[in-house]
Amino acid sequence: MALTEQEILAGLGKIVNEITGIPANEVTPEKSFVDDLDIDSLSMVEIAVAAQDEFGVEIPDDQLKHLKTVKDVINFIQA
Amino acid sequence: MSNDRVVVVTGIGATTPVGGDAASTWSALLDGRSGVRTLEEDWIDSVPVKFAGLAAVDPGDVLPRPEARRLDRAEQFALIAAREAWQDAGKPEVEPTRLGVAVGSGIGGITTILNAYDLFKEKGWNRLSPFTVPMLMPNGSAGWISIEIGAQAGTHSPVSACATGAEGIAYGVQMIKDGRADVVVAGGTEAAIHPLNIASFAAMRAMSTRNDEPARASRPFDKGRDGFVLGEGAGIVVLESEEHARARGAKIYAVAAGAGYSSDAHHIAQPEPSGAGIQTAMRRALEAAGLTGADIVHVNAHATSTPAGDVVETIAIKESVGTHPLVTSTKSMTGHLLGGAGGIESVFTILALTERVVPPTINVDDLDDGIEVDIVRAEPRKLAGGQIAAVNNSFGFGGHNVAVVFTSV
Repeated sequence: MALTEQEILAGLGKIVNEITGIPANEVTPEKSFVDDLDIDSLSMVEIAVAAQDEFGVEIPDDQLKHLKTVKDVINFIQA
Repeated sequence: MSNDRVVVVTGIGATTPVGGDAASTWSALLDGRSGVRTLEEDWIDSVPVKFAGLAAVDPGDVLPRPEARRLDRAEQFALIAAREAWQDAGKPEVEPTRLGVAVGSGIGGITTILNAYDLFKEKGWNRLSPFTVPMLMPNGSAGWISIEIGAQAGTHSPVSACATGAEGIAYGVQMIKDGRADVVVAGGTEAAIHPLNIASFAAMRAMSTRNDEPARASRPFDKGRDGFVLGEGAGIVVLESEEHARARGAKIYAVAAGAGYSSDAHHIAQPEPSGAGIQTAMRRALEAAGLTGADIVHVNAHATSTPAGDVVETIAIKESVGTHPLVTSTKSMTGHLLGGAGGIESVFTILALTERVVPPTINVDDLDDGIEVDIVRAEPRKLAGGQIAAVNNSFGFGGHNVAVVFTSV
C-alpha cells in the first residue's frame, strides 16, 4: 500500500533531523533543501541513502539532483 | 613584523583519559589518578593488550548527534578541546585573515577508514557516508576548527607521529612570530583505540601487556616498565601575540617562548641511543626562547614507558638543561595520546607554570638505573615563585624531536 504524503513527510522529517539537527517540524513540503534548510550536497546524499532505506525506493544520483524541495522527494517516493 | 613578536597562551582546552576538560584533567593529575582501564570491547580477545586510556568523557555524550556523525572520533576530541580553549580565551575578536589553526593528528581518522572499509565490503560503495573522506583525512580536525572560528590566515596540520601535538603548537608560535597571524588555535588530537592499532603496536612489541594491573601499566622511568599504554583525546591551546592579547585585556597563562626541532636520522621507530637529537631539540628550544638550562625548572618529559626511550631522554635533559628541573611524565596517568600527547602535555606544562606545581609520575616503584634528573614521584611538587620556565618534550616515530619552552608571566 502506498504511503500517504503525511507519512512520507513524517519519515523525511525524522531523517533530516537525525542527519542535520534541523527540527522535524521545519521540514515542510514547500521547503527547498539547499535554499531554505541550508543542507549541503554531502548531507543530501546522506538523506537520500537514509530515505532509500526507510521507504525502499532507490533514488539514482541523476534523479537526486532534480529533487530540490521536500515535495519533490515526496512525489518521487510516491511515484 | 619580525621574530621578536612575543607569543602568549590565552586559552587552554583538553579532553583526556582522566578528565573531559582541562580543569578536571589537571585535578586528576595532581591526585595521581590513572585513566587507564580494562577494555570490554567484543574484539578484546583478538589482541594481546586488553587495556587503554579511554577518554574519561565520551565525545558522543558532548556533541549533538548530527554533528558527531560527520566527524571522526579524533575530530570530535579536537573540536571539543578547541571549543573549550576558544571559550577560555574569551572568544577573541580577530580579523579572520589574522586567525590561524595548527592542529594535527598522528594517524588521522583510522577508525573511520577501518569501519568504512568493513561497510564497503559488506554493503557497497553507496552506503558509505559522504563524509568518509573529510573524516579520515588527518587535517580534518584543523579544517573543522577553522570553519568553527572563521580562521582564514592558514590552517595547518603537522604530522610527526607522537610529536604532532607539540609540532602543531610550535608551528602556531612561528605563524605569529612570522607575522602571518595574531591568534592561532594549536595542538593535537588522536583517537586510535581500535584492535588493528593495538595489534600493530603490539606487533612492534611496543605496548605494555600488564593486563592484570592496567592502572599500573604506564610506568615511565620505572625499572619494570614494559611498553607504552595507548590513550586518546586532544589538547589545544590558543596562542596570541602579546600585543593582541594585552590590547583586549586577555588573561595570559604563559609565554610560548620558543621551540626547537631535530630529527634522529637513525631508525624509523627506535630512539637514537645517545639522545643526541633530543639534546639538539632542547638546546635549540632554549636558544629560541633566549634562555639557558639554568632557567628551566620543569620538564614534562615525553617518556612513554618503553624500555628503550625513557632513560635516554633523562640523559639528554641532564646534558642539555641539567639535573635540577623537576621532571615528570604525565603519560603514567593519561597513557600515550600519540598525536594528542604534545597537545595535552603542553597544556600541563603551562598549568604547572601558572599553578606552580608539577604533577607526579605515578607507578615509579623502582627508579631505573642511570637516571640522574629529579623525577617527581608519587606526590606533586611545588615550583618556586618568580620568573620560571618549563619545557615540553615530544618525540615521534620517524625520528622527530620537538621541544617547546613556556615561561611564566
